[in-house]
Amino acid sequence: MTKDAAAAWILAGPALLVIAVFFALPVAAGLALSLTDFDIYALADLSTLRFVGLRNYAQLLQTPLFWQALANTLYFVVVGVPASIGLSLAAALLLDSRFARWQPFFRTALFAPVVTTVVAVAVIWRYLLHTRYGLINQGLEAIGLAPVDWLGDPHWSMPAIIAFAAWKNFGYNMIILFAALQAVPRDLYEAARMDGAGAVRRFTDVTFPLLVPTLVLVGILTVSGYFQLFAEPYVMTQGGPLRSTYSMLYLMYEEGFRWWNLGNASAVAFLLFLVIFCASGLMLRFDRDAPGRR
Amino acid sequence: MSGAGAPAAGRGRRKAIRRIGWGSAALAGSLAGCGRSRSDPEGPLDFWAMGREAEVVVELLAAFRERYPGVQVRVQQLPWTAAHEKLLTAFAGDALPDLCQLGNTWLPEFSALGALEPLDERMAAAGLPRDDYFAGILDTNLMPAADGAAQLLGVPWYVDTRLLFFRSDLLRAAGHARPPENWDEWRAAMQDIRRLDNGRTYGALLPLNEPDPLFALSLQQGPVLGDGDSRGAFSQPPFRRALDFYAGLFRDDLAPRMAATQVANVWDEFARGLFAFYVTGPWNIGEFRRRLPAERQGDWATAPLPGPDGPGVSTAGGSSLVVFKSSRRKEAAWKLIRFLSEPEMMQRFHALTGDLPPRRSAWRAPALAGDPPSQAFARQLERVRAAPKVPEWERIFQEMQLAAERVVQGRQGAEAACRELDARVDALLEKRRWLRGLRA
Repeated sequence: MTKDAAAAWILAGPALLVIAVFFALPVAAGLALSLTDFDIYALADLSTLRFVGLRNYAQLLQTPLFWQALANTLYFVVVGVPASIGLSLAAALLLDSRFARWQPFFRTALFAPVVTTVVAVAVIWRYLLHTRYGLINQGLEAIGLAPVDWLGDPHWSMPAIIAFAAWKNFGYNMIILFAALQAVPRDLYEAARMDGAGAVRRFTDVTFPLLVPTLVLVGILTVSGYFQLFAEPYVMTQGGPLRSTYSMLYLMYEEGFRWWNLGNASAVAFLLFLVIFCASGLMLRFDRDAPGRR
Repeated sequence: MSGAGAPAAGRGRRKAIRRIGWGSAALAGSLAGCGRSRSDPEGPLDFWAMGREAEVVVELLAAFRERYPGVQVRVQQLPWTAAHEKLLTAFAGDALPDLCQLGNTWLPEFSALGALEPLDERMAAAGLPRDDYFAGILDTNLMPAADGAAQLLGVPWYVDTRLLFFRSDLLRAAGHARPPENWDEWRAAMQDIRRLDNGRTYGALLPLNEPDPLFALSLQQGPVLGDGDSRGAFSQPPFRRALDFYAGLFRDDLAPRMAATQVANVWDEFARGLFAFYVTGPWNIGEFRRRLPAERQGDWATAPLPGPDGPGVSTAGGSSLVVFKSSRRKEAAWKLIRFLSEPEMMQRFHALTGDLPPRRSAWRAPALAGDPPSQAFARQLERVRAAPKVPEWERIFQEMQLAAERVVQGRQGAEAACRELDARVDALLEKRRWLRGLRA
């Protein structure tokens, strides 16, 4: 037994070492940093570094900008995740349909946005969203609607970013959901049809319950990804207008690398971690209470 | 291999071994390369510059090489958006270049880091006359040392300030023969312009995401920080007067509530007459000439910024050249700064970039002395004032504009916005107060 244990430690050792050095240690250092007031004065002279306990956290919680960043991020997650997953599910259902032709082509085409570079396509979307010359506003005008100042109007900037992010990311979840759909035993549909279930009943009573575990997985992945909103507003709006697209990660970036307040930046990171942790925990409860699992 | 047999093979092997030896030596050399060339006092000079200036300075360096054949210069271009982070990271990693172009609002930060070499003695020894520089611009490079005396930490390279660009035809049509010189005249001119042609034209464009115009107005009134630059003074009368004037222009519909991003093309809108006054900087002289249609070229002019009672001060911006303390080639770095500071070099630099020179003697060039739009800048540069010299300034600057934006959008009263701004600024400057207590 001890021999086995030794062998296990030796085999797992390198991996554990890598995890310790590249994960545990930086996280611990980040946590320690978040309890200090590391700023450019401390960068100049380490003796001016102060241990401030939870003051960074307390101050952040009193900063309107923090709450604005959190609200913007929640807005993005609450609207963006269902939109993105809904789009993925719709695309996956279409691909899985018996009537789908050219399936490999569409699978690739719909997946293509995922493998593009965020920055490059964000620049293209900025053209699409341009108030006067953009394709989207030309389309709106063609059907008689007034043009929208997508990236300049604080009410429309976040919807524009959400549309972009949903378009950019839905292909990834689509592939996972498509695989799950293909795994649904065909004879269940057969049986349901025999019992007189229509297309809607077959979806709600056969497809959906069997998809729930996959949807939860996809949901958790998407939620934790969407909480880390940064590149899209950084490229498209620089957090504006009126900070309407200023996210938690944007706040962290500015605190850390623009103002060099690494203590504050680490505190933002840990608060964001807590938020994602709670959101994922909530979603896992969904899975446990899901009708498919009893 | 040509020959056969043992000796030849032996020679070949020795050669191979030698080659490996050289190879590893070269590898070791290149690994140590950064360190060695950085510490070598005779090595090439590392010069970091930003944006367009970095592209253009290379053209000036040919003449420098002729004069100082012994000094090699390596110019590295940094994009403005990444420069600040890159410089701080380089400081943290002890990888700063020998000399650098530094936006003069960044000087306090690098001065607080103790990264900059004082240049007073070199300046005096080189015979660079301090009083040839615009005083307000030179002042942005003077930082208080530990003993309280001011140290020169940078040499101004080019300058930037804000003043009025305006539609002279609209101003005349509204019955004003000359540009306004004080706030009352300016406001009256805007009101008269607003009445032209069914109110098609706004008085001024003051983009809501640009803090510079409001800050220039507040510089005219007095300081925005108090208690030795350790607390906000935004609720004090000087800033309040500036904010009231600024916000009043929006309240009275003399300026549109627009951010720069909402104006698709400023030059088009200016040519079409969406607004008559635009508070902006020297780069727009070139842009106006390039982008306004030919038939509008006679209809625009520049004028110094009006003050509360007569021509007022404006912001003192621009870039300086600095030498880092960590450099082992300070003498060579200084040679390059002195070379770039010669009036002829500044004139060539202006011809290439449109950047305005900080030395009055460089302004004697016909391209500047005979150019009316530039001459307004020459007059304004005699009246510029440095921003507070604290590392937190850029942040305070933005907080100021966010507060002003809330007032302009009617979401907060001026009184409450200024009090909240002061509280924010006091929190930002807490460490300064603590450090001051530590030193006392």
